[in-house]
Amino acid sequence: MAQMTEQEILAGIGKIVNEITGVPASEVTPEKNFVDDLDIDSLSMVEIAVAAQDEFGVEIPDDQLKHLKTVKDVINFIQS
Amino acid sequence: MKTIQGAPGAKILAFGHYQPSKVVTNADLSATMDTNDEWIQSRVGIKERRIATAGESEIDLAVQAGGKALAASGLSAGDIDLVIVATCTLEAQIPNAAARVATRLGIEAPGAFDVNTACSGFCYALALANDAVRAGSAVNVLVVGTEKLSQWIDWTDRSTAVIFADGAGAAVVGPSDTPRIGPVVWGSAGDKADAIMIKDRDSFLRQEGQTVFRWATTALHPVAKEICERAGVDPADLAAFVPHQANLRIIEAIARRLGADKAVIAKDIVLAGNTSAASIPLALSRMVERGEVQSGGLVLLLGFGAGLTYAGQVVEVP
Repeated sequence: MAQMTEQEILAGIGKIVNEITGVPASEVTPEKNFVDDLDIDSLSMVEIAVAAQDEFGVEIPDDQLKHLKTVKDVINFIQS
Repeated sequence: MKTIQGAPGAKILAFGHYQPSKVVTNADLSATMDTNDEWIQSRVGIKERRIATAGESEIDLAVQAGGKALAASGLSAGDIDLVIVATCTLEAQIPNAAARVATRLGIEAPGAFDVNTACSGFCYALALANDAVRAGSAVNVLVVGTEKLSQWIDWTDRSTAVIFADGAGAAVVGPSDTPRIGPVVWGSAGDKADAIMIKDRDSFLRQEGQTVFRWATTALHPVAKEICERAGVDPADLAAFVPHQANLRIIEAIARRLGADKAVIAKDIVLAGNTSAASIPLALSRMVERGEVQSGGLVLLLGFGAGLTYAGQVVEVP
């Protein structure tokens, strides 16, 4: 399977964040910090991680999740 | 060797519950630790909880709830031959709670044992009561969930102090011509034993909130569906869903995936907090008292918590 582009992953994350938290997908840009900029709490982050696993087939364990502060961090994790 | 014949089925005859009178609001907690009403309500869904006084033990709470259930059942103390107490917060390991609760209620020399599967304890105990009546090991069983979590909480730890509370709930189980308590589905995930624990006798309860949240929101809705399947009940026909009152967001996440469209969803946590093994009978007893579910209504119970452990069954409201 071809590697997804950063834009494709970003669009997927935007859709997930919107479904779980109601934050518009357009606000989900790489430099945004989930907690400080998007006002997303730790439990919603777990829901996002679970949905991302279904969407991208990449498991994000809790001990990794706490290091993923920005949208870009998640993109990098999925691409790695 | 001879065997004995039990009843064709078992049923719940009555419920009872008890909460300590002392109310602790989110504002009360904000006065002593770095938290606030908005944070607590958005993360766990709790507005206020009840905390027992220093002189009020988990045994006292159980006696109050058990006594009410016994009175409502129409049975006398002498009719009860087995007492099962689900609890994980006893002040001391020995003696157990069940024998003391029985004696305080005037129940003479019943079988008496405790079950510790933490927050799933009531469903385990109810399953054992159902099995005992059907196997002929007991005729009438008093099942109590009681917790005094406040004595195992670090009241400076805002991640647990805002969540846990005290209370008790009980049910009397007796014989029935037809099964009115469904088959149990139970299981565990001991690989996550560290997620909720009291490390030793000098420690307080600690919880890995994200680990528990992830497990509860991903592993349990299939269990809920399996419980309904084993009982032969379509989730669409449930009158109520009473999961352990762990966290309002977990309750809503499981309920969303269950397809119980007509069911009243128990949200007792809002005013009672998380009372571990007491939360299911407490929530269900209060629901019945308020008239939210009618006699004959089918209710799905789903307990889950430390261990990690889970258990649940469908029951008919008496």
